[in-house]
Amino acid sequence: MTGVPAGRTRPGAWGGLLLRALFVVALPALLFTLWWLASDDSTDVYWPPLRTILRTFPDVWTRARLRADLLPSVLRLLAGYALAAVAGVGLGTVVGSYRRVRAVCEPVLEFLRAVPPPVLVPVIMLFAGIGDTMKIVVIASGCVWPVLLNTIEGVRAVDSVMSETARSYGVTGAARIRSVVLPSASPQIFAGLRQALSVGIILMVISEMFAASNGLGFTIVQFQRGFAIPDMWTGILVLGLLGFVLSVVFRLVERRVLGWYHGLRDSSRRSP
Amino acid sequence: MHASLVVSGLRKVYEGSGRRVEAVRDLTFTVDAGELVCLVGPSGCGKTTLLKCMAGLLAPTSGEVLLGGRRVSGPPPGMAFVFQEYGRSLFPWMRVGENVELPLRQKKLGRARRGELVADALESVGLADAAGAYPWQLSGGMQQRVAIARALAYEPEVLLMDEPFAAVDAQTRADLEDLVRRLWRERGITVLFVTHDIDEAVYLGERVLVLSASPTVVQEQLKVDLPAERDQLHTRVSPRFAELRTRVYEQIQAAKRGEPAVEDVPPPR
Amino acid sequence: MNPTSPRGGGPCGRAVNAALGAAGLAAFLALGEAVPRLGLVEERFFPPTSRIARALVDEFADRAFWTDLGDTLTGWALGLAIAVGAGIVAGVVVSVVPYLREATASTIEFLRPIPSVALIPLAVLLYGTELRSVLLLVVYASFWQVLVQVMYGVRDVDPVAEETARSYGLGTWARIRHVLWPTALPYVMTGVRLAAAVALILTVTAELVIGAPGLGARIAVAQTSQAVPELYALIVVTGLLGLLINVGARSVERYALAWHQSVRGEVTV
Repeated sequence: MTGVPAGRTRPGAWGGLLLRALFVVALPALLFTLWWLASDDSTDVYWPPLRTILRTFPDVWTRARLRADLLPSVLRLLAGYALAAVAGVGLGTVVGSYRRVRAVCEPVLEFLRAVPPPVLVPVIMLFAGIGDTMKIVVIASGCVWPVLLNTIEGVRAVDSVMSETARSYGVTGAARIRSVVLPSASPQIFAGLRQALSVGIILMVISEMFAASNGLGFTIVQFQRGFAIPDMWTGILVLGLLGFVLSVVFRLVERRVLGWYHGLRDSSRRSP
Repeated sequence: MHASLVVSGLRKVYEGSGRRVEAVRDLTFTVDAGELVCLVGPSGCGKTTLLKCMAGLLAPTSGEVLLGGRRVSGPPPGMAFVFQEYGRSLFPWMRVGENVELPLRQKKLGRARRGELVADALESVGLADAAGAYPWQLSGGMQQRVAIARALAYEPEVLLMDEPFAAVDAQTRADLEDLVRRLWRERGITVLFVTHDIDEAVYLGERVLVLSASPTVVQEQLKVDLPAERDQLHTRVSPRFAELRTRVYEQIQAAKRGEPAVEDVPPPR
Repeated sequence: MNPTSPRGGGPCGRAVNAALGAAGLAAFLALGEAVPRLGLVEERFFPPTSRIARALVDEFADRAFWTDLGDTLTGWALGLAIAVGAGIVAGVVVSVVPYLREATASTIEFLRPIPSVALIPLAVLLYGTELRSVLLLVVYASFWQVLVQVMYGVRDVDPVAEETARSYGLGTWARIRHVLWPTALPYVMTGVRLAAAVALILTVTAELVIGAPGLGARIAVAQTSQAVPELYALIVVTGLLGLLINVGARSVERYALAWHQSVRGEVTV
């Protein structure tokens, strides 16, 4: 049995841990300090001192503001993203399972996938107005393509021996989809979901810049138009933090769901 | 209670992009209930095609396969299949126990019964402790044991094995051969074991079927009259073992040259 | 579907697939014509295919359209070129200089997921509707795609090949050129393909939202003037542009990959 690597219990373990912590913190601290020093006596209106930005931060992003702007944005993103994930995986499983269906759909899907999602905003505004529905539809219709195409690819590539094994043991129909096809396609599906997440954040911001009365994108543009430059900078920071947090959450989920896949890859890398 | 397996007039022709390939021409043979039969043949002789037809994974062009008197038209519930490619036949996203249990869920067995069967099957192959591990954490030989345990837990009447030990090292292979003999004797399952290794066929089988080169027919049937109690050390050096393997070897050589069965050797007792 | 039949490759299967794909495309266009004609959707929101096609022809006849297309392509190509160049250099440096990868990991993991559209207000303030606004967004978004792939690629370098090169006394530069670069190239190509798609999205976004001249700005004008068929026609153009970029990048990548594997066999043994 190729065991899991044993935990570090050598005497130097603490030193190693300290070193790693240093690596994690050193460069961010350096960059932060540089920004702080370089901007400290800045008189350029567009590049306010970092000190000013940070002092403005708690005043701008109060609890009420977070509830009024951050929360609606995130909820719309999650709704659109979830819609796209369900539709993409569902449709992708059907299309990927049938060779003929795949051949019929492929060129159309290739074209639709290639349309830069932000140009859908004006079109969807024609149908759905400028409310929450519009934003959710915009996000969903941009996120669905990477999920759909990756699911098709993953479902198509299910190993022939695995699918024969399932068939010979009577694992068919819904059980086959649940226990064999979807898990086997899951690494591809997650690759699609990851791409979709960054597309979704872009669309969340843009749809709010176009027409909205709340949300992160709306607020940041308001600050910019009102020349509230430090406030605008705090908005950029919040958006950046949101992107970072969502990607960390995504990675945690992926680690959990695809734990078997990373283990499999590591074990085949160790013994080729 | 255990079923016989009858193959009669089986023929399989692949057709695709304007080419016709006749993989199996005309195969007829019987595996009696509770018998362990080995199939050997030159490489590329359509063994896998035959086995897939028997398992109901592939529809024959003509002829039929009968399992316990019933015609096979799709994967029959009383048949389990062990593939050569254990790495691709076990699902890497399921733990060993879940892999063994999956077919049982399809049989709509209760949770308690499933647990019993899984534990018993893993115990039988000597992997009682590995239920919680993932297949890829195990060695190749252990993975193939898991595949065998999955087949056992399915409680099949017939077990089909497609060159199951072709990809494991020699020592592991010997252990696995003894495991198959032991399980067969303990459980009385009908076993059809496909291999390209002559020694393995003679060591394991009660009967050896030699197939011709493609398009495949049965070249020769040979009763293995070795004692039921076999072991790697003594059986393989017995004079009778040597005679039998020579006989099978000659038949395979003849099959490769496309000749009819060799007749000048005295038939076995 | 018949999952056991051999893969439908060959020129015959490809012709069938192409025919099916063309049929799918035709059905898609026909649907686009029928749905508004039958009154299922209002025509002023969703013009029929033929009306969009006419608007597309009108666009092609308009000199201003070609200027806008040129602007978009300029922004895309320039941004992509800068991102690829910077990404490769940064990726190699970070991977080759000792401890630099460990030291930059946390920073990269933090900066990479920051959505580039967050920079839109800054771009507007600094550069207005100039090309530099577009470049700021495009470069920021595509740089990470390339950088990360280059780092994956360098990590994939076979330690045996690296040690062999070292034992033959190859210097840093020679090792980068003969060992690291060939291994990393397919990854770089993947990075370029991803970056090319992202760059187009951000180019159009910047034009659409900021108003920098290009197809995006033209779409914004069509929207505000309620020129719906023109709006759809321009979206079709961006889609075709995206398709062209994807197909082009993928064939370049496939070429690089094929070359890679044939070389790799000699390097690693």
